[in-house]
Amino acid sequence: MKAFLILEDGTVFEGIHIGARREMISEIVFNTSMAGYPEVLTDPSYAGQAVCMTYPLIGNYGVCTEDMESVRPWPDGFIVRELSRIPSNFRSDKSIGQFLEEYDVPGIAGIDTRALTRLLREKGTMNGMITTDASYNIEEVLPRLRAYTTGKVVERVTCREKYQVRGARDMAENGPVSGSAVYTGQKEKRPTLVRRLNGAGKRVALLDLGMKRNIADSLAQRGIDVTVYPAFTPAEEILGEQPDGIMLSNGPGDPKECGDIIREVRKLYESGVPVFAICLGHQLMALATGADTYKLKYGHRGGNHPVKDLQTGRVYISSQNHGYVVDMDRLDARTARPAFVNANDGTCEGLAYVQKPVFTVQYHPEACPGPQDSGYLFDRFIEMMEVGKNA
Amino acid sequence: MPKNPNVKKVLVIGSGPIVIGQAAEFDYAGTQACRSLKEEGVEVVLVNSNPATIMTDKDIADHVYIEPLTGKVLEQIIEKEKPDSILPTLGGQAGLNLGMELEESGFLASHHVTLLGTTAATIRKAEDRQEFKDTMEKIGEPCAASKVVENIEDGVAFVKSIGYPVVLRPAYTLGGSGGGIAHNQIELEEILANGLRLSRVGQVLVERCIAGWKEIEYEVMRDGAGNCITVCNMENIDPVGVHTGDSIVVAPSQTLSDKEYQMLRSAALNIISELAITGGCNVQFALHPTSFEYCVIEVNPRVSRSSALASKATGYPIAKVAAKIALGYTLDEITNSITGKTCACFEPALDYCVVKLPRLPFDKFLTAKRTLTTQMKATGEVMSICQNFEGALMKAIRSLEQHVDCLLSYDFSDLSADELKERLRIVDDQRTYVIAEALRKGVSQEDIHEITQIDIWFIDKLAVLTEMEARLREEPLSTELLKEAKRMEFPDQVIAKLTGMSEDEVRQKRYEHGITAAFKMVDTCAAEFEASTPYYYSCFGSENEAVRTTGRKKVLVLGSGPIRIGQGIEFDYCSVHATWAFSRAGYETIIINNNPETVSTDFDIADKLYFEPLTPEDVENIVRLEEPDGAIVQFGGQTAIKLTESLMKMGVPILGTRAEDVDAAEDRELFDRILEQTQIPRAAGGTVYTAQEAKEVANRLGYPVLVRPSYVLGGQGMQIAINDQEIEEFMEIINRIAQDHPILVDKYLQGKEIEVDAVCDGTDILIPGIMEHIERTGVHSGDSISVYPAHTIDEKVKEKIAEYTRRLAKALHVKGLINIQFIAIGEEVYVIEVNPRSSRTVPYISKVTGIPIVDLASEVIIGKTIRELGYEPGLQKEVDYVAIKMPVFSFEKIRGAEISLGPEMKSTGECLGIAPTFQEALYKAFLGSGVDLPRFKQMIITVKDADKGEAIEIGRRFERLGYTIYATRSTAAALREAGIRARKVNKIQQESPTVMDLILGHKIDLVIDTPTQGRDKSRDGFLIRRTAIETGVNCLTSLDTARALVTSLETARAGELTLVDVAEL
Repeated sequence: MKAFLILEDGTVFEGIHIGARREMISEIVFNTSMAGYPEVLTDPSYAGQAVCMTYPLIGNYGVCTEDMESVRPWPDGFIVRELSRIPSNFRSDKSIGQFLEEYDVPGIAGIDTRALTRLLREKGTMNGMITTDASYNIEEVLPRLRAYTTGKVVERVTCREKYQVRGARDMAENGPVSGSAVYTGQKEKRPTLVRRLNGAGKRVALLDLGMKRNIADSLAQRGIDVTVYPAFTPAEEILGEQPDGIMLSNGPGDPKECGDIIREVRKLYESGVPVFAICLGHQLMALATGADTYKLKYGHRGGNHPVKDLQTGRVYISSQNHGYVVDMDRLDARTARPAFVNANDGTCEGLAYVQKPVFTVQYHPEACPGPQDSGYLFDRFIEMMEVGKNA
Repeated sequence: MPKNPNVKKVLVIGSGPIVIGQAAEFDYAGTQACRSLKEEGVEVVLVNSNPATIMTDKDIADHVYIEPLTGKVLEQIIEKEKPDSILPTLGGQAGLNLGMELEESGFLASHHVTLLGTTAATIRKAEDRQEFKDTMEKIGEPCAASKVVENIEDGVAFVKSIGYPVVLRPAYTLGGSGGGIAHNQIELEEILANGLRLSRVGQVLVERCIAGWKEIEYEVMRDGAGNCITVCNMENIDPVGVHTGDSIVVAPSQTLSDKEYQMLRSAALNIISELAITGGCNVQFALHPTSFEYCVIEVNPRVSRSSALASKATGYPIAKVAAKIALGYTLDEITNSITGKTCACFEPALDYCVVKLPRLPFDKFLTAKRTLTTQMKATGEVMSICQNFEGALMKAIRSLEQHVDCLLSYDFSDLSADELKERLRIVDDQRTYVIAEALRKGVSQEDIHEITQIDIWFIDKLAVLTEMEARLREEPLSTELLKEAKRMEFPDQVIAKLTGMSEDEVRQKRYEHGITAAFKMVDTCAAEFEASTPYYYSCFGSENEAVRTTGRKKVLVLGSGPIRIGQGIEFDYCSVHATWAFSRAGYETIIINNNPETVSTDFDIADKLYFEPLTPEDVENIVRLEEPDGAIVQFGGQTAIKLTESLMKMGVPILGTRAEDVDAAEDRELFDRILEQTQIPRAAGGTVYTAQEAKEVANRLGYPVLVRPSYVLGGQGMQIAINDQEIEEFMEIINRIAQDHPILVDKYLQGKEIEVDAVCDGTDILIPGIMEHIERTGVHSGDSISVYPAHTIDEKVKEKIAEYTRRLAKALHVKGLINIQFIAIGEEVYVIEVNPRSSRTVPYISKVTGIPIVDLASEVIIGKTIRELGYEPGLQKEVDYVAIKMPVFSFEKIRGAEISLGPEMKSTGECLGIAPTFQEALYKAFLGSGVDLPRFKQMIITVKDADKGEAIEIGRRFERLGYTIYATRSTAAALREAGIRARKVNKIQQESPTVMDLILGHKIDLVIDTPTQGRDKSRDGFLIRRTAIETGVNCLTSLDTARALVTSLETARAGELTLVDVAEL
């Protein structure tokens, strides 16, 4: 069946319908990762947005449930050039088409995704509609598109109740260490890069702002016991449990929509407990400490962005997904200084706080999808907690 | 880290002659690197024995030595030039081995020369099998259970512990030479013995067979500060077991989830970091298809064929970046030259699919085994880019120029489903077509996967294509169907065949419905950033991004496609130089080509690069968009020439020599008329279409005769026939490939073969020099040793040749280049053939005379005269050096190939010997081609009766050099009669020790074997020659070559060679 992608500027792409058969209006963004579409789909940071994959062949290996980064797909819509007609991978549980239908996500295939990407690059992120109704009235549609905002999406994606993720007690629980997996004839647990339980005995409170599962797993695999809290948990409740460290997760939307949470984050900051924050968490910490954020023209979404660690001078290839960024020009040097910058456009990729044991990054050390190069940041967080303990 | 200020003068080592496993990719890499070094103000000294390369041009390097690549020669160059550094990682395995040799001997240290880029310790860690294994073990990266052995007994014992099958890989060899898979002890012993001998260090790795696993490669870069990136990953469609050079490769990987992709990526970074490589590196993995288990197969601590492919597939200039890293820059300090905004420290994001197909030489070696193994056999490759896999595959197929344009091109329709399943077990170059036929016959995808181990995803994609074939056959051609077929890149010609329409009707219908090709940009970033580099590929059903530029005059340069025997890197040299010349003259230049290994497909050579197949339809798509003012076909070999007629139909003027005149040179009757008119003699002959006609002509002329198809390059299908039976045999072979053109039968004349390249401006000609072949006529010019200046013909003959050249060029109205081959018999000169285009001797003659004839030809085409260009017309004064071009073969790589020389070209590359004297030049040329004698001073002579007289003379000269000569019965008798102490050895079928035992005993320097006429390969001679080649013994099949060799040995001085800086000529 035919489907149409109508953009805010009046551009219409004609393709074929995939996934759920319903209309959707959302903010259209593109992601340049060549693999990892199941992780992209299940990343809660995409709530309130529809994702276009720039790589044209999607669905080749189907969907493996184990790779889901949360309980369901979050984007409002999915836009691809070509959907593979068969999935081929030993772990594949279902095809991407089935997956989208199952979770009621509409989508469109067969459109020139590169042309769409170029348009978004030139004009900036736009809102759009996917519809199967060939008799749409553009005059009626455009005002609806312009009216759309992602709004307060964190509340949609955060967990309802707090829960525990138990840290690994021995290495075997993590599954094989990457490189040492030996074929056993059975579907195996996927390999991990973690080679030491260097966080054993520590307890971390993780504020779920739309968390990707691998953030909690990255801690747990290092032996850390993790308590995941809903986004609107009061700071007092978290601090009352006396965690060794606090993590703020990634999440969707405009950070400035999160006023309530920012107030709690300020208290967490004040507490002196070591904090490591990722993505939205990083932005909220910045806002909570007096810095500002702004929206990028079309964001950073993909697995190939170079980030320079100013502490070591090393550049790492990172997994990214953000439309907003902290304004480095308006940073108060007495509070925080840039710790990581994007080697391409020089934007802020992370901050080191001067007065508190807090460091935050804009990108995704938990990868999934994308490069695993920045996993060392979890170890840096553990070291920070050690220092805090000894102090 | 900024540039290292201590690096001021760098010696760059090239990779030498083109052989299978080491082809044009290193010219591409070396050229890019040299330009990059010069950009940084570094003085570049280049050494490479291959004169056909662009890197050996004086505008690429400051000092150019086209000298044999041996440790000794390099030492001499270092002593003379005193570079402060040496860069060995851009010249393939050959360059790397040399760099290591100098480092290990302490020569570099004693001469204060620094090894740039990756250190010697790192190279050892990556290359030495045991050190590599230990290193991998240390960092927890798995290798297949394996052991390095230095003798057969250890190998057998080890395999007892791990079981068959096992893979064998000799250390330090190119393209997997001498490797293989052994399924039992007999095979193990055989392959092991061969491998141990071929390895530079006498080591072979024996390892657990992981055949059938997915083969995945990562191209990785690392700088001195430790920053690492992967440029791209690639998935081999053929599972482990087929050398990656012979595999169908797709980029990026298609069947890996992010978990597998990142697992292997992290492993690749882990490895490059541990090895501390600075520069580019290729890591090959085997991934278990149904688990996360993987093995590291190999690491190449240098730029490689795969890195050239990755560069072209992504737009990321690996060699250029590697050169900057060698100078001390870090990745984040280097700009991404595609976007001009972002830095080189990022990973390209592709938004298209790339397919690479190998160009295999089985059309040249009809007797060779077509099976694909861990020993690479491809001479070159093609790459294609499309928005979908089906389209990329279809485009790659027709880029091969092997008379294939779709999955129906090899016909297996007479096989039943069961027979097809059986056939699928054979892993050869036709397997894709067999799979397609199996799918058509209803064999299930699972069954095909079970047999071939090819991932179902790829098999399903082939099914998509065969389903489309069926729809085109069965359904009426609706617009939707046509759109879909074009989306998958079915050429109009194939759609026409399947629908029963004519090609014109299909094209018409397409245009009526606006179904035309659109062009997309390769920008390294999936459109995330604006890019300015005009590197395009086509697809259907998309927005067009390529903009027709106007303003300047615009010229289309047609490239030469994949490297193959007969059409090698020389034509890329010509295309690139023509492009530069037109660019200098103010033209906008556009290159179309599909070869990922070459300089011409680098995005900064022409103003625009279209990475496309070179078929009329694909070219027309570009012509319709760009509307060029003219096209240049005379530099792109036969590939480009073949497009002449189509281009004219499209209304594109052919610049330079007109198409009618090109035809006149190829068309027998037209050409005869021209010869008559210009009063130039040639061998009598006739034009035929059938075997009957051929026999009639042959009998009229008298045997022997030369039989050859017209409009081919490299003498493909050319044979000398001595009787009717052979005529029939050859005609059958020639006619296997559909012939649009007649076949030529000529009286075979034996004399000195002379070759001339000239530039003609319509009035005057310029001949840079006359080249003479050492081998008599009958050996293809590309396989002959060529000497400049011609050394045995007198001035009168030279004048006659110059005069004939002038007459022919004028009569053919040549504007640009012309290549003519003559036979000189005494004072008489006959013309053999005329090619009004560039030839494979163009780079060689340009370099050794210092006359840039491609540039001149381009200027002439634009409208300048030779005089205006500052040259006095006619034959130019000879230089004071003798320059000898030596053919280089890759016979040891192609099992079962006949090695004897004849009218069909067989060499894959060439090297140069340049020196003040003929003898020294000859010595250098042999040395450069790998003939480093004497060693054991023992040789075997076995010649046919007609050659015995000459064999005596040659034998006597070898004996004087101290050689012990073994000979088979009749040859031995003839030699003894002449007073040479030849030792008689038994023939193969006689009792041991036979001539074979002697060869296998590894104490023989040389075999001289002249084949008896006929192509019967079961003869002893064939076996002797194959055995010699496969055991690494030099084998000569022409007495002329043998005489040249003994001449060079007689005068070889053990000491210093005379170095010639070609940039000063």
